[in-house]
Formats: sequence, C-alpha cells, structure tokens
Amino acid sequence: MAYIIEMLDIVKTFPGIRANDGVTLEVEKGAVHALLGENGAGKSTLMSILFGLYRPEAGIIKVRGEEVSISDPNVANRLGIGMVHQHFKLVHNFTVTENIVLGLEPHKGPLLDIKTAEERVADLSKKYALDVDPRSVIEDISVGMQQRVEILKMLYRDAEILIFDEPTAVLTPHEIHELMGIMRRLVEEGKTILLITHKLKEIKAVADVCTVLRRGKLIGTVKVSETSEERMAEMMVGREVSFTVDKTPAIPGEVLLEIEGLSVKNSKGLLCVRNLSLKVRRGEILGLCGVDGNGQTELVHALTGLAKIESGRILLKGRDISRLTVKRRTTAGLGHIPEDRQRYGLVLDFRLDENLVVHAYGKPPFSHFGVLDYRAIKKNADRLIEEFDVRSGEGPSTPARSLSGGNQQKAIVAREIDRSPEVFVVAQPTRGLDVGAIEYIHKRIVEERDKGKAVLLVSLELDEIMDLSDRIAVIFNGEIVGEVDASATDENELSLMMAGSKRKAV
Amino acid sequence: MKLFLEMFPIALMFAAPIVIAALGGLFSERSGIVNVALEGIMMVGAFAAAAVTVVLEPVTPAAAWIGLFVAVLSGMVFSLLHASASINFKANQVVSGTALNILAGGLTVYLCQIFFRQQRTKAFSSGLQKITVPGLSDIPIIGEMFFNGAYPTFYVMVVLVLLTAFIVYKTPLGLRLRACGEHPQAAASMGIDVYGMRYFGVVASGALAGLAGGVMVLSADIQYTVTSIHGTGFIALASLIFGKWNPFGVLGAGVFFGFSQALSFYAKDIDFLAKMPTEFFYFLPYVLTIVALIVFSGRSVGPRAAGEIYDAGKR
Amino acid sequence: MGKDRSKITVPLVAVLLGFITGAIIIMITGKSPLGMVQAMVRTLTGFDIYGRSSYNPYYIGEFLLQSLPIILTGLSIAFAFRTGLFNIGAEGQLMMGSLAAVTVALLLKAPFGFHSLLCLLAAAAAGALWGAIPGYLKARFNVHEVVVTIMLNYTALHFSNWALLLFGSVDRVKTSEFPASASLASKFLADMTNGSRLNWGIIPVIIALVLYWFIIEKTTFGFSLRAVGFNKDAARYAGMKVERDVVMSMVIAGAFAGLAGAVITLGTFNFGRVLPSMEGYGMDGIAVALVGGNAAVGVLFSGLLFGMLKAAQPLMQSSQIPREIAGIIQSSIVLFVAMRLGIEALLDTLKRKREGQK
Repeated sequence: MAYIIEMLDIVKTFPGIRANDGVTLEVEKGAVHALLGENGAGKSTLMSILFGLYRPEAGIIKVRGEEVSISDPNVANRLGIGMVHQHFKLVHNFTVTENIVLGLEPHKGPLLDIKTAEERVADLSKKYALDVDPRSVIEDISVGMQQRVEILKMLYRDAEILIFDEPTAVLTPHEIHELMGIMRRLVEEGKTILLITHKLKEIKAVADVCTVLRRGKLIGTVKVSETSEERMAEMMVGREVSFTVDKTPAIPGEVLLEIEGLSVKNSKGLLCVRNLSLKVRRGEILGLCGVDGNGQTELVHALTGLAKIESGRILLKGRDISRLTVKRRTTAGLGHIPEDRQRYGLVLDFRLDENLVVHAYGKPPFSHFGVLDYRAIKKNADRLIEEFDVRSGEGPSTPARSLSGGNQQKAIVAREIDRSPEVFVVAQPTRGLDVGAIEYIHKRIVEERDKGKAVLLVSLELDEIMDLSDRIAVIFNGEIVGEVDASATDENELSLMMAGSKRKAV
Repeated sequence: MKLFLEMFPIALMFAAPIVIAALGGLFSERSGIVNVALEGIMMVGAFAAAAVTVVLEPVTPAAAWIGLFVAVLSGMVFSLLHASASINFKANQVVSGTALNILAGGLTVYLCQIFFRQQRTKAFSSGLQKITVPGLSDIPIIGEMFFNGAYPTFYVMVVLVLLTAFIVYKTPLGLRLRACGEHPQAAASMGIDVYGMRYFGVVASGALAGLAGGVMVLSADIQYTVTSIHGTGFIALASLIFGKWNPFGVLGAGVFFGFSQALSFYAKDIDFLAKMPTEFFYFLPYVLTIVALIVFSGRSVGPRAAGEIYDAGKR
Repeated sequence: MGKDRSKITVPLVAVLLGFITGAIIIMITGKSPLGMVQAMVRTLTGFDIYGRSSYNPYYIGEFLLQSLPIILTGLSIAFAFRTGLFNIGAEGQLMMGSLAAVTVALLLKAPFGFHSLLCLLAAAAAGALWGAIPGYLKARFNVHEVVVTIMLNYTALHFSNWALLLFGSVDRVKTSEFPASASLASKFLADMTNGSRLNWGIIPVIIALVLYWFIIEKTTFGFSLRAVGFNKDAARYAGMKVERDVVMSMVIAGAFAGLAGAVITLGTFNFGRVLPSMEGYGMDGIAVALVGGNAAVGVLFSGLLFGMLKAAQPLMQSSQIPREIAGIIQSSIVLFVAMRLGIEALLDTLKRKREGQK
C-alpha cells in the first residue's frame, strides 16, 4: 500500500514532557485520516512536526515514499502539506486576500499586486465552493468564513495534504455540517485529509481511518467503519468510560437567581446580550448551551460584575445586585468558576495557598489590621488540598503555574465551593482537562446541587450540558431561544436551537 | 499670520529629527519590537556626526554629509544590541531600550574623553547649511514656508516619509513586516522569517534614529554634548503614538512638536507669551506631549504583538 | 537549578559580565583595566592594592553616601515594578522632592531634628504627588507610563529650576543657605570617615528599606499590588481595586523617590541647586531595582554595588580612565539582567548538549 505520508518512530520532547514517544503514523492518499486523543495526548505536536513548526528529536518522515526533512512551513508547503490551525493564525486587521497571499504575494516589481491576488482568491473560492469575500477584513467576518480563509490559505499553495486541527470547536452545528461536506469535496478533488479531533461522533461521520494517541504514545490505528465509539473512547482513555453521570433527579426549590431583561454590550460596543431573561432555582442545574460567540461570555461577565449592564436587572435571592462590585456580589452569595482559569481564576505567579485566599485575604483570619497572617493562609490551604484532592509538587507553597490544568481547576473549584455561595455560575469548567479531572468536577457540581445550591452551567460541550443539567436553556445571538427539560429533549433539537433554526416557547 | 509663516523653517528644523526618529520607531514597532532606545541611538548618531564633521572639516566641504552617513551606520550598529537582546535573548524590550539609553550616554562621553580629552566633542564651525531653492522660493506663501532658508534635512524628512509609506503599505516586504507585528505566529506559519524581519525593523530604526541624531546636532548646535538630544527621542516615541503608527500621522505629530519647540524663539513677539519665564518654554514641549498622549492614547492602538516576546520554539 | 537560586545567580552573572565588558572597553581604548580594579577596591574598603597610599576611610564614606539616594530611587522603581509599572519618572519625583525639602527648609523655622523631619515628609509628599500624575493617567486613560514619566522628568527639571530662583539667589546657581536645623549633615559620621560627606541620610534609607519590605510582603495592600502586577484580570476578578492600586503604587513609588531628593539636598548640600541637566539618579535606580530583583534585600546590595561604582569614578579618572566607564558598566549589567531568559535558555541547551554527549 503506497502511503502518501509516513511518520516513523517520531520522538519530540519539551521541557519535562515527552510529547511524542516513538509514534508511527501511516496515511494513505485520498483518505480522511483522523488523529484521536485527549488534550495533551500529542496529536497537535505530531502534526506541527509534519507542518514544519517543530523538529523531532528522532524519527523519519517520508512524503510520497521519499525521506524528507521538514525544517519550516515553507518546506512543508513545497511538499504540498498545509495546516488549518485550531486557533486561527489570521492577522486580525488584514483583509481576507492579504492573509491568504501572505508570504507568496503576487507582485509587479517592488509593488504588491493586490488586484491579481484578489482575482486568484476569487477563483479558488469558486473552484472549491468556499465562500469568502476577498476584500473583507478578518475581524469583521464570521468564524465560519475565517475558517474557510484558513483552508484557502492551504489551497492557494497547492496543498495536497490538508491537516485540520480541531476544526469544529468553534463552528455552529450547521457550519460543522458544511465543513464535513467541504472535506468530502476536497477528497473528491484528490486531496488527503488529516483530522485532529477528540470528538468521536465526527470521526464516525467523516473519517476512514483513525489513529489513537494517549500520553504521547501510539495506541493503535483502526478502520472507523469497523470500530465502535465506545471502543475508540476506551483506546483514547485507557479504560472503560461511562458516558453518563450518575445523578438523582432534581428537587428544585425557590428561585435564587433571576436575570430580567438583561442587555450587555461587547468590547466593540455592539449589543451581544439582548433582553435576556432566565431563572435558576435552588437545587437545580440549569445548563446554558450555545455556540461560542453568541453572548454567553458577556452574560457571565455581566453576572459576575466584570462587565457593565446596559439595561435589565440581576436579582440574587430577590436582591438587586446589578450595580454591585465584584467583591460585593461574592459576599452576597454569588460564586463563579471562570471560563478562562489561567486568566481570571488564578494568579499563576502566586503560590497555591495565596490563590486560595485571593478573595478573602483582606479579612480575619487571613489578615489582621492590614497585616497578612500566613500561618492561617497555609492552614486553610492544607485543609482544602486534602478535601478536594488537589495534587501539587510542594503542597501549599507550590507556584500555581506548576500545577496541571486539572489541579488548577480543582483549586479554583475548591476555593469557590468552600465559600459556600448560594448560587454558582460555572463557565466551561472542564475545558482542556483529562477525563479523570472531568469526572471529579462533574461529581462536585452535582453535589453542590444536591446541597441545595442553584447552579448555572455555561458550556460549549453539548455532551456536558446534557449529562449534568436538569433543565437546559439555549442561547443564540444573545437571546434565549429555548428552555426545555433535559430529559425531554435530545441532541438534534438542541442543535437546531443553537443554530437558531428552532425556538421552543420559554 | 506672518509670524506663523516665519516660524515654519525653524519649526521644520526642530521637526525633522523628531519625524525621522519616529519613522525609525515605526519600522521597529511595526515588526513587533518596541524601541524606547531611540533617544540613545540618536545620541550615538549625533556623536558620530559631530565627531566626523569636526575631524573632516578642514579636509572637505562635504564633511557634514559624510558625518550624517557615519551617523546612520553607527545607529545601525548600536541598534544591533537592542535587536539581539530583544529578539534572540528574549529581553523585556522596554528594559533593554532603557539600558541602551544609559549606555549611549556613557559610551558617547567616554569616547569624547578618549578622542577629544573633554566631555564633549570639539566644536565644528559649520554643520548643515540652510538653503534657499531658487525659483521655488518665490512661490507665494508656500515658497516662504518651505523653500526659503530651510534646512536640506527637511527635504530628506519628506522623502523618508513617502518612502516609508510606500514600503510599509505597498510592498510585500511591508505586508510581511506588519504581519510580524500583529501576529508573528501567523507570519511564521506562512513561512516568514519572523526573527529576520524583526532584525530588519530594529536595524532600520537604528539607521533612521542615528540619522535623526546627526541631523539634530548638525542643524542646531556646534558640538555634541550629553544633553544634545534632551528627550527628543522620547518626543519621537510620543509622535509615533500620536500619529497612530502611520507615516503621515507621524509627520503631522512631529511638525506639531516642532512648532512647540519653535515657540520659545518667537515668544517675545506674541503678547501673552512674552511675559512667561524662559523655563516655561523649556518645558512646554514636554507638557504638550503629555496632553497629546492623554487625548490620543485611549483610541490609539499599536501593532498587536508589539512588545511581546516571540519564541519560535514554544508551544 | 531551582528558581530561587537563579534569582541570585542571574544578577551575579550579569554583574560579572558587566565588569568584564567594562574591562574590555577600557583595554580597547588603550587603558589598563587594573586601574578600574584598584579604584573599586579602594572605594569599597579604603585600601590601596598598589600599596602607594595608606588606608583611608574617606572612600568608604563617599561610597556609602553615593549609595543612599540610589537605594531610595531603586526602591521607588522596584515598588512600581511589583505592580507591573515602569517608573522611569523617579528622577522627576526626586527633583520635586528636593524642591519641597528646600522650600520647607527655607520657609519654616523649627527645632533641630524636627525641622529636617518635616523637610523629609514634605519631600516624600511632593514626590508622591508627582508620581500620582502618571499613575492616574495610566489607570484612567491607559496612557503608557514610560513616555509620560520621561516628559514629567524634563518638566520637573525646568519647573524646579524656575521655582528655586524665586527663593532668591546671588548667582542663579544656588539658593541662599538654609538653617542648620534642617540639615542632615553629621560631624560624627564625617569624622569617622576622615572627612567624607556621609550624613544622617542613612536613617531614612534604612527606614525606607524596612517599610518597603513590610508593605510588599506583609500587608494586604502589598498582596493586592503583587496580584495586580502578575495578573490584572485575575486581580480584578477577585474583587481587587486595580485602578486604585495602580495609582497608590505610583504614589508610594513617588514618595520613595521624593525622599531621595531630600536626602541629597539636606545631607550633602545646604542650599538648593539650579541644575543644568538631570543628574541620573533615576536611571541609577533602574539599574539598582533590576539587579536587585525588586526585593528589599536585593535593592540594598545592588544599591551598594552601584554606589561603589559611582564613588570610584574620581579614582578611575586619576588613572586616566574616563569616569563614564561607570555608566557603561552599569548599563551593561542592566542589559545582561534583561537578557536573563535568553541566557537561561542558552545555559539549558548547553547543559542538555553536555548530558547528551555523556
């Protein structure tokens, strides 16, 4: 069997981590070959090596049967390899055309020939049915169009082998569907596709072959049509995975959090939360699902006090907290697990014990008359570390930066739960975590619900929403377009609502 | 009005080094490297220009121009320190720039002591001469503003502004340069040598700031001393912000600051200013710079990745 | 290599490299680097390694004297750094402090000791005010503090020159002398060091060092400042008042620098001086803060180091080495400290290569 790409016994290390530990990958021409693994399994690293962004310490790469050394993206391009990155590498204030031709610009003498560039982009766009406007500026266009620009970047360089790195993370269900169609069309045109993903359903939908990585090692390569999702998940994680969370039915009480007609503007001054109303009751988990960019982030910021409210009110236990500072809201009983734990949740250069008192350091027992009491701070940390099983290199004095993602999140969860707020706003709590940490965090969230707290769970992962929530609300374009009981709905209905195609009376 | 026209040549004389240095800052920051060492590079350029001019004066009438050429070269060499510290050694760019400013002060006076046995260069008798362009200087109004008794460096400044605008916005080089300053990872993934582009940006800023320093000392002074530049490099930095990292904006901002420095010469002719003490005019340009920054900072956004450490190997 | 150890090794390596750079430049320009070494040893210890002159504590006194103001400006800049701000305006804050000290010295009458205390407090307040300006502008308008503070430096220079002359001056260079009750000069210390100008300025410096350490490490305010310096978003999220912290940080930093101005004016001179140009204590403070790792103990030691370098200048000049070599060495050290990430990476690669060859 002639392979178009062979990566044999690849080894790549970063300080302290063996990201690729003797991995072998063999890709057939014209296949859609998926690379499956959890976060940190080494799939992105492997593909970055193929694309010339990193160089392996050991191993051989062969393209079309010939051994090559891919020292930088230019070489990869010349070999016909292109990459659509998970975090788009687009210059925000350049046009679509400028981004596509960057590095291979058509020119008349010293002058940049934008006209020819635009024509070429338009031609390519038509040929592959990838709809873009050559003159638009990147920061003004939709995420779906941005991704098409990324794909065009590769096609402009006559790429034959296209690497897609977690392409569906930022797309609406409709756009995901379109992308699958685009991939099939590319294969028909003779291209080979490498798909990096952790989403089993998508692999089943579009891939022919799947290679599974775990912790830097190759686990196996299987034919997708002959392998079940459960089997692939087991290979990915190393043990049997339960797809559901154990929980008893909810016993909801009175309304603890009420959002009335809330409108919020985003950083560009545009309204991104429009007249939104929502109620969360004691003892229930309300899951808010929607595609990234429909206002969830700004809603959470408004709830917690980081963003200004244009109009509307937020009531916590009947009390209007709309104009209170962040600090006052937390003392009033609002707890928050932030979406971006490294940016908002932790001061990475502080120690673990300092991070655990970052809300409470100003009052006894952690300080007296403005002077810190480090003994009390450490004791508090010892207690929380034990109770929440936060693993760290040096205990309470470990710098937060050295903790793994899962333990960082556990620390934040510990801190918030310990303060015993009545209402929890939990945003993307398990992003980037391994399965063990995810299970633990889900367990704690359900525990809090059972203790009688109200939980607003905001997540981009539909599975997480469906597993944990008692009721589900769908946000689209800043509005609630549907509110249903978790047991009374399914993924299809939710997908339709997330895409704005369906509304369920609230 | 007549006064205003009369002020132009002097204002332009003060503006030229500001604009030229600011253009240097533009190249550097557009590539992603913040360069607060413009002041220090100007000092190095000024020293080189003054020293060479003094030495070559008895030998050739083109001494000043050769001095300017050497100023450009020495600015480039000096800026290599900032380039390698910031690009290869991942130094904090503001700290590195500040260190170079201190170094420039020490190094230039040290060399004055070695070569001239005093803490300044020997005085040269004539630096750059003002010129009057025949024909063009007779055009009403414009002629008096720009072509009558103007320093040739004014024309150099205009040419450089146009050249910068052309390079940065109309050539592939400029596109790649700007990409490095906005999103170096994107540029790298398109095969662009980010390190190389940034070296180019910094060395270009060295050339231009060195030139600016030479221009300054040869137009307005008779020798180089450690106070020759007195903050003009920082005013250039403010012009960059004020001018929104755009060559024409920088030109406008620089001319504005040039006027603020020219005011002290004409104060006696303007009633309400005549009564102010001389020190007022000394600090006026600096205060105006602060006001300009306040008014323009909020809305002014520079290249997105400028100042951030870029590491090709990091994940 | 533990991260804590590298906090000391990097500055030490940088200092060594800085001195080597200086020695190289001296040699290239035809002088002997031994002159540099001799000058530094003499300044630090009073002993002459050439054995030509006898022990003279005068040099030690002068070296301590030169350290005093730069330890204070070093604290000023270090304090601001901890909050994530670059206070290049220490020079201007120092000059305003000096102006305030002169004002109180000349205009007020008070008993000995108390008078100088008032002057010191006035200086700190003036510096604090001058620091509040860029702090407020940064917090409110997000104006970058680097350019603003440098502009304020020049403004302070010319403004204080003008203001000093209002007190009346014979030669337009010095004001009239102020009463001994305001002075910090000390016959006791001068005698101990064979006639140097060392003075009671030592006391405010020691108090400042302790205060700095206490505020940053032990108070809730310091906790909040450090959080803001490390991660503004998380700090805001935890309910900390970020804007207030930015302003307060610059206020305190300004106070330290203002104090330095008073220590110089009241300790070494007994009149106000009209300055032809800035004297560079602010820039020295940057070097001190960076090499000292923004910690109180570090600032103390690096302040002493650079103070020694400054005091050694006249001795170097008499060995035919231009005094500016001190500035060259100092800025080289700062540059090497700034390159720490790159140097550490280089050392890492060399270590791994060596291990790979084993």
